[in-house]
Amino acid sequence: MQRGRIGLFITGLGLVVAVTLAAGPRAGLLVALGLGFGLVLEGLRFGFAGPWRQLIAERDGRGLNAQLLAIGLAAAVSFPLLAAAPGELMGAHAPVGTGMILGAFVFGAAMQLVMGCGSGTLVNAGSGNLIGLVALVGFIAGSFLGTLHLGFWLGLGSLPVISAQGFAGAQGGLWLTLAALVAVAALIAFRSAPGKRLPQRRLLWAAALIAVLAVLNLVVAGQPWGIVYGLGLWGAKLAQAGGADVAATAFWAAQGNAARLDASILTDVTSLTNIGLIAGAFLVMRWRADPGAPVAPLAWRGWAGVLVAGLVLGYSARMAFGCNVGAFFSGISTGSLHGWVWFAAALAGSVVGLKLRPLVLVPAGGGQRGAAA
Amino acid sequence: MSTAPAPRLTRPRVGLLALALVATVIAFDAVRSGLPDPFRTPPPVALGSGAAPDGAHCTAP
Repeated sequence: MQRGRIGLFITGLGLVVAVTLAAGPRAGLLVALGLGFGLVLEGLRFGFAGPWRQLIAERDGRGLNAQLLAIGLAAAVSFPLLAAAPGELMGAHAPVGTGMILGAFVFGAAMQLVMGCGSGTLVNAGSGNLIGLVALVGFIAGSFLGTLHLGFWLGLGSLPVISAQGFAGAQGGLWLTLAALVAVAALIAFRSAPGKRLPQRRLLWAAALIAVLAVLNLVVAGQPWGIVYGLGLWGAKLAQAGGADVAATAFWAAQGNAARLDASILTDVTSLTNIGLIAGAFLVMRWRADPGAPVAPLAWRGWAGVLVAGLVLGYSARMAFGCNVGAFFSGISTGSLHGWVWFAAALAGSVVGLKLRPLVLVPAGGGQRGAAA
Repeated sequence: MSTAPAPRLTRPRVGLLALALVATVIAFDAVRSGLPDPFRTPPPVALGSGAAPDGAHCTAP
């Protein structure tokens, strides 16, 4: 057991060294940060989709309040950093619009169907959850397809980018964001069942560690933590390898995206952290004495449902300018109004997704499923 | 109702499949785009580098 764990440590270190040698020190640092995200999310069981389900179905607000704590901690450092180095760092700011709100709502529903959000799908796949792996395949395809239609969804109308900093300045925007987080956390605590209001110590540690990693991501990459762009890029590259003329599409012909499409994915920020995240979750699963039971088998219809739901998850994340990480966590923690709107729309979508879950996750041999995760 | 085969896919095996998926994407990409030039890489840390962020993010339209 001890020898195996040393092997896992060496494997993680080897991945970081290999990427550093192949793509430079920044790439190595980003894979290391991704590994950190994977270790914390899987090791301390800190998730997004599960706590939202617990809030809706069980009036358990501890997990969501831990998420808000992590966002607040990250915001407390990110706002001053963004103000101090506007030419070197950028926030996760995007416009609020019709397509964005619709996308967030659909994403919230889909993440309850596959029992994992953007980061959750990567963690689930890496930690050996077959539903997560099937959903990941759909997610990659969906986030690529979403790039092909983004112009249509943007054309439905959107506001200009609105940020807390633009509204109240850097300091005022931070206080505004922290006050809003406290208000929402208090509301969640008030609506939760007794004993299910404040996060347990495990979640407090996880929230603090996720906030530290998110700030380091901003410092190293120059941009906040994200998931979806990298997966869409993987889909685009696979489509290109299959003969599709991806470079001719509007999204991938745009200057920055065309550069990413031409370059190695080992130069893409979100791809690097995604790779590390999956590997980190795998290492935690292998580290445990008991990796856990495999997920209960589904009927073929159930697996097809997971694949389609994963595709919808990726597509809607592209419409919504990010998932729970890029829009909700990074959007709010760097001052974007779209993060708050995403939160409200995705939470409403989660209510619908939980009702649909038994219809999609059809277990082998019939029966009902849907209480898990 | 038809069902999927009984799972011999343990968690370690599924985790390895996920890593294999990532490795496949990297391999396809390496063949098509090549590997990055390790001597032309950005500074290790963006903060203090003096360079504008040029990575792409989910929030980019």
